[in-house]
Amino acid sequence: YKLVNLKVFPWFGLDIGGTLVKLVYFEPKDITAEEEEEEVENLKSIRKYLTSNVAYGSTGIRDVHLELKDLTLCGRKGNLHFIRFPTHDMPAFIQMGSEKHFSSLHTTLCATGGGAYKFEQDFRTMGDLQLCKLDELDCLIKGVLYIDSVGFNGRSECYYFENPTDAERCQKLPFNLENPYPLLLVNIGSGVSILAVYSKENYKRVTGTSLGGGTFFGLCCLLTGCSTFEEALEMASHGDSTKVDKLVRDIYGGDYERFGLPGWAVASSFGNMMSKEKRESVSKEDLARATLVTITNNIGSIARMCALNENINRVVFVGNFLRINTISMRLLAYALDYWSKGQLKALFLEHEGYFGAVGALLELLGSA
Amino acid sequence: MDLLTALYSCSEKATYGCKVKGGSLTKLAYYSTVQHKVARVRSFDHSGKDIEHEPLYEISVQEEITARLHFIKFENTYIETCLDFIKDHLVNTETKVIKATGGGAYKFKDLIEKKLGLKVDKEDVMTCLIKGCNFVLKNIPHEVFAYQKDSDTEFRFQTNHPNIFPYLLVNIGSGVSIVKVETEDKFEWIGGSSIGGGTFWGLGALLTKTKKFDELLQLASKGQHTNVDMLVKDVYGGAYQTLGLSGNLIASSFGKSTTADKEFSKEDMAKSLLHMISNDIGQLACLYAKLHNLDKIYFGGFFIRGHPVTMRTITYSINFFSKGEVQALFLRHEGYLGAIGAFLKGAEQDNPNQYSWGENYAGSSGLMSTSPDVFPMQRTRSGTFDMFEMDRLERPLVNLPLLKDPSTYIPDTVDLTDDAMARKYWLTCFEEALDGVAKRAAASQPDSIDASERAEKFRQKYWNKLQTLRQQPFAYGTLTVRSLLDTREHCLNEFNFPDPYSKVKQKENGIALKCFQSVIESLDSLGWEERQFALVKGLLAGNVFDWGAKAVSDVLESEPQFGFEEAKSKLQERPWLEDSYSQWLERLKEGPPHKCALIFADNSGIDIILGVFPFVRELLSRGTEVILACNSGPALNDVTYSESLIVTERIAAMDPVIQSALREEKLLLVQTGSSSPCLDLSRLDKGLAVLVRERETDLVIIEGMGRAIHTNYYAALKCESLKLAVIKNSWLADRLGGKIFSVIFKYEVPCK
Repeated sequence: YKLVNLKVFPWFGLDIGGTLVKLVYFEPKDITAEEEEEEVENLKSIRKYLTSNVAYGSTGIRDVHLELKDLTLCGRKGNLHFIRFPTHDMPAFIQMGSEKHFSSLHTTLCATGGGAYKFEQDFRTMGDLQLCKLDELDCLIKGVLYIDSVGFNGRSECYYFENPTDAERCQKLPFNLENPYPLLLVNIGSGVSILAVYSKENYKRVTGTSLGGGTFFGLCCLLTGCSTFEEALEMASHGDSTKVDKLVRDIYGGDYERFGLPGWAVASSFGNMMSKEKRESVSKEDLARATLVTITNNIGSIARMCALNENINRVVFVGNFLRINTISMRLLAYALDYWSKGQLKALFLEHEGYFGAVGALLELLGSA
Repeated sequence: MDLLTALYSCSEKATYGCKVKGGSLTKLAYYSTVQHKVARVRSFDHSGKDIEHEPLYEISVQEEITARLHFIKFENTYIETCLDFIKDHLVNTETKVIKATGGGAYKFKDLIEKKLGLKVDKEDVMTCLIKGCNFVLKNIPHEVFAYQKDSDTEFRFQTNHPNIFPYLLVNIGSGVSIVKVETEDKFEWIGGSSIGGGTFWGLGALLTKTKKFDELLQLASKGQHTNVDMLVKDVYGGAYQTLGLSGNLIASSFGKSTTADKEFSKEDMAKSLLHMISNDIGQLACLYAKLHNLDKIYFGGFFIRGHPVTMRTITYSINFFSKGEVQALFLRHEGYLGAIGAFLKGAEQDNPNQYSWGENYAGSSGLMSTSPDVFPMQRTRSGTFDMFEMDRLERPLVNLPLLKDPSTYIPDTVDLTDDAMARKYWLTCFEEALDGVAKRAAASQPDSIDASERAEKFRQKYWNKLQTLRQQPFAYGTLTVRSLLDTREHCLNEFNFPDPYSKVKQKENGIALKCFQSVIESLDSLGWEERQFALVKGLLAGNVFDWGAKAVSDVLESEPQFGFEEAKSKLQERPWLEDSYSQWLERLKEGPPHKCALIFADNSGIDIILGVFPFVRELLSRGTEVILACNSGPALNDVTYSESLIVTERIAAMDPVIQSALREEKLLLVQTGSSSPCLDLSRLDKGLAVLVRERETDLVIIEGMGRAIHTNYYAALKCESLKLAVIKNSWLADRLGGKIFSVIFKYEVPCK
């Protein structure tokens, strides 16, 4: 027995958030014939099921494009898979684990996020599984630092937008986060947590806001009748928020020079909707766009204030709100750059919402 | 009437009376000169006349012109009526320009220019707002309050801080502006947010199909946000303990509405929206306050204005995000700031900032009054007007330089907004005394044909004020015995009873002067120690004569012979209820004479002439200079400055000590700047303050219930002080643990 083999497969990291469950799975690619022989049927079928599908049930999805190939973890070579499904399907997930006799594998299931606490009892009673609960912020930071250090299949994990204020010249460019500290980490899930990270071990939660991804999606559902995040984003991409929002120029006819406010700045989000005629003239797409812009700008504004208060000039945005959401990322990059007069830089990571789950997996291996 | 005006018009909706259709409001500020009657006293020329049977001095009522700032708020539908009103009164043709600010300034520009023939000069909204804010912070006591929903006192008024800068003003209109104000002229927009009142209104209208701002707030106050918001416990199953986040905190606003197949109630959505916006604003305000190192945050704008619901959520948010380090503060006259500022801009050549101003309680409708006074020109219609008036005071008011800590000085002893028992008692007490006051007012003007009619109007007005205060004790700031007394004086003035006690005072002064010499003779016959005690007893006995207290006015009305000696016999025997006489005597015996004593006098007649003057005389004999401070204007039977001049002149004619002291300027008469039966040491005539400093005053003597018990009982001074009074109210005596006619003799030496 080699020391590294002490940790039995399968290796999972689980992050159960308010809206989404994020699951990372390490698929070993260096299995010896001997190992294969010994591998129990259960384990084999789990591996096959997860790696040969890209969708699970009606709601589970594997983000194939995020897969990390030929990773060495604890002396084992393999691929890291990234899977997500809605938190409301958690009972079905536990049920499946029970049916597949997951508990007979004698592995530890490391989980983080609020759901690790909320569903702990269900895991025990329904699945006969003891969860190893981990703090979500610890996991988040561990995950970010690890993924950034291994890179994204030879590319940079971290990126930024150059010329964010110029729509034509704006482009996505890699960013070297080799020496990351101090940094402000803004995690946008259903809600938002903002952390100031000074070193691997030294970080603090600065603040948080309840206006997050859940708010965007929740308001969009109410305003447009959409039912998925993708649908909401799609609508937003075709809308015009300036029909919904009252801009500085709508009030002052141009820039408000007394305060140095540009005419294009939003003076009042949804401010035009105070008028009946304007309420009747906007489209669902416009409303979706305004919701997205409102929530994004607000997060940018709070993040900027925290960065100033903490005297940090790099702000890393993560979380699933940013998934397939280039509008928000560009807006954040633009807002941070503009309002800080170029002093603050908005950074993004390719694996957006999966860092907590990665951190949980690392905890599993580290505790061996 | 000289009228300078300013308009502040914005898209704010009428917020009171659900029956009234909400329209946009316009605030009008105008400056007028008000003619009102004042009582004057003048010495007769006594040469060759029989002075035995003549009154001491002549009383006349004259017309006086004072400046008053008026602020009114009305719905835009009445703008034409309002402009007619301005036009009718705009006699001064020098006024060529009217200052206007706010969105409506653009809207009504043409109408105003056409109607009034004046040029409309638009002023920057925020500049006006800040100007107005500085003005009210400086000039109006109890302007600032904190809101506490679940406490007995919803509105907790703050003491005016001598230095109002720097502060943060968070104006929540359709968006949010965060402005840092550093000095009178220096302010800076440091940030803002687009999530503001317009977001609540616009998004709220979309979500609930409810069009009006007020109705949205009403919906919100009935809703349950937990049905719509994702709470920490929805994610964690309980609290997030590692971070100490309670399970009831909102993790994601609208996080539960992420589904197309569930219906949510309008109330719940409105509530969730209200929380979302209030929390967000509070969080940003705290972040800005932290960044700029500020701890005073005032909130204003239509989102806040008079809405307990939003004041509550903003207060909660500030408290949460600042971990209790910053308090959310609100302003009583917040809705008028823009109008005040626009007005001040227009009146800059008059430099209104050089004056002190006082809120006129009679002409102001108070915080969130449900029954605002009806604007004169609108009496026939159902009024939705809210008014606020400030009188320009003759002379600037300043802090007494001897106050130990002006920033924590609170004049009033009992806060009646806080103390429900005391409030009930005093409101009832003032109600019961009202008929008598009205009767006396009518009787004071026997030659006027409409005196009883005016007295009745006065009675009705003050009665209504008392009823308003029963319902809304916070309407004019912290409710105190002083504010009740002052409101009564303002109401009496409003109906042209400038000095109902003038004749009584005249008569009493005459009687007392006749006794002066014999009192002095008997005092002079005593040994030193005996005389000191007799002087103090005389001061106290004199103070029993107080028409302000009901128990005493009863006695005086029925037993006019009730004399000085009898008053002495009524006094409590030592030890008194509060008794530091021995220390005082010790001080006189052992210590060096005081350099200069400042005495705040109380009543006319026996009190000032037979009580205060012998005491003054003794101090002068010891080599102590005396500054005798009397009220500038009449209040009850308190001696006024002009009366004190005549009385002193007459005493000087009889007494060489007083005479030479006057001549050598060792006895100085000054006015307090006040017309109140109580005393606010933070608002005193500037001349008095200058003199106090010049003469190196080291002893302050405050006498009477109004000045030494209702106010200043706990006032801490930098020098020695003597507070003395006879408690002429059995309820108050009982509260302090004594009986009626108990004596308070409080001699204090500041600790080194």
